[in-house]
Amino acid sequence: MQQLSDRYSYYFWVGVFFIMMFGLLGLMYYSATNIDYVWRWYRIPQYFISNETIEIRSEIQGEVLSITEKSGMSTIVIQDEYSNDKETYTAPTKSVLISEGDFISMGDVLGTVKEVRAGIMLLGLWITLKVSIIAIIVGILIGLIGGLARISDNPALKWSAITYIELIRGSPLLVQIFIWYFVLGTLINTMLNNHGIPQVPPLWFGVAALSTFTGAYVAEMVRAGIQSIDKGQTEAARSLGLTYPQAMIHVIMPQALRRILPPLAGQFISLIKDSSLLGIIAIRELTKATREVVTSSLQPFELWFICALLYLILTFSLSMFAQYLERKAG
Amino acid sequence: MIRVTNINKTFYLPEPMKALNNISCHIKAGEVVVIIGPSGSGKSTLLRCLNRLEKPDPGGHILIDNIDIMSPKTNINKVRAELGMVFQSFNLFPHKTVLDNINLAQIIIRKRSKADTEKRSMELLEKVGIPDKAGVYPGNLSGGQQQRVAIARALAMDPKAMLFDEPTSALDPEMIGEVLDVMKTMAREGMTMVVVTHEMGFAREVADRVIFMDNGAIIEEGTPEHFFSNPTHDRTKLFLGQIL
Repeated sequence: MQQLSDRYSYYFWVGVFFIMMFGLLGLMYYSATNIDYVWRWYRIPQYFISNETIEIRSEIQGEVLSITEKSGMSTIVIQDEYSNDKETYTAPTKSVLISEGDFISMGDVLGTVKEVRAGIMLLGLWITLKVSIIAIIVGILIGLIGGLARISDNPALKWSAITYIELIRGSPLLVQIFIWYFVLGTLINTMLNNHGIPQVPPLWFGVAALSTFTGAYVAEMVRAGIQSIDKGQTEAARSLGLTYPQAMIHVIMPQALRRILPPLAGQFISLIKDSSLLGIIAIRELTKATREVVTSSLQPFELWFICALLYLILTFSLSMFAQYLERKAG
Repeated sequence: MIRVTNINKTFYLPEPMKALNNISCHIKAGEVVVIIGPSGSGKSTLLRCLNRLEKPDPGGHILIDNIDIMSPKTNINKVRAELGMVFQSFNLFPHKTVLDNINLAQIIIRKRSKADTEKRSMELLEKVGIPDKAGVYPGNLSGGQQQRVAIARALAMDPKAMLFDEPTSALDPEMIGEVLDVMKTMAREGMTMVVVTHEMGFAREVADRVIFMDNGAIIEEGTPEHFFSNPTHDRTKLFLGQIL
């Protein structure tokens, strides 16, 4: 009898949970509608994917010499009336608005092409993904080297590592992003400019800031992982005759890396969210893209929910991947 | 084969603590030497100095096969490859199977082919009595089995001598026997062995010489017959009286 009422009690509270969730959602929707906010979810997809009509305009002024057609596409040749240079344009036959012999002014529309274009939000998502993946990989490399340097006996290695870790962990990521872009970025790009080498786009300073930031935390995790391995493991490996690097690679690091997978995954989940700060240096990642679209579409409610949901999908996928790795690693 | 001359070892805890006090001894090839003594007497420290897991204070010499491991010019890794060590806490590599544990050093240091390595590893597993556990991970073995794998792992390098640091002290009484049997077989086959242990039965049966240490010094040395029936020093007599 007790078991039966326990089960009913359990499902009752499960029901309470779902009612609470839907209640909150409903409350949100109702209050928005009450302030006359018009929900327009149908207007969101265009910011991800749209069918754009691109006009093909003439850049010169002159006469249409010929229009030749081949498998649905027309090649239009126009001769400049002053220089007698020829310009060639291609457009789908069905969209061509002019004929042979017509006089074309500069900027006239010759035809139109329909293209599937990625919207700003999708591009922003792509930039966030790209920046995060590169920063994770570089961050792991920096962290591995930093962690090993931190535990070395060599003062040059050890103190450099400590300085790096303390400086980076001691200041906010936002400030570091500014330093990378406005201080180091200006330095590097001015020097490159003086030597005639093309400038580095802001994206790479953003990636650098994220990577060095992550690297400091990963270095400490690597150190903790290595130091948590029983000294007996090193002793057994060294007493077999393995050198320090051999012992590290074959015995210590495999065990250490397995141990730090959970906090490491957490650090990378943070990284994906921290990438939202890069918008401050004109990198059009997801949050900045959302801000831009909100300004032009005036639909903050729908867009910000979508933005949060997209971050959630990214971090959740990473979390699932980390759990899979943990299972595989035993 | 192993010649220890005037070895001292001070630990800084941070107060200085003298663990070894002017130790000298000589272990010949093929000899089985058992070191016994109370806790804190320095037996494990002495053993660990032999493969430089502990660094003795400058001023003494330890010659392994005529190579002075106290000299900074010595490649200690090469010397260690000729000395097998078995630990009290086994120290098997948990992320590798039993076979891979035994294979590892052979492949990396002796640079043997995979086929030769596996053949040798399986031979050794048979010798220690557990060939069926080759694909198992150390976590799934009993203490006695783990220690036997550890012995096989050390033997895989074909060392000139084997060092045992209280090999049975962490084992259940039922499993001590199986490990001691393996060690007795090795002794019979002529392996040079230095064993730190509390197993007096093993010392009496197998040792060529017994060394008794107390407070960082060697108090008495002798054959098992002399040692157990007719000890000279009072300290030795006191110790034996308590444990026999």
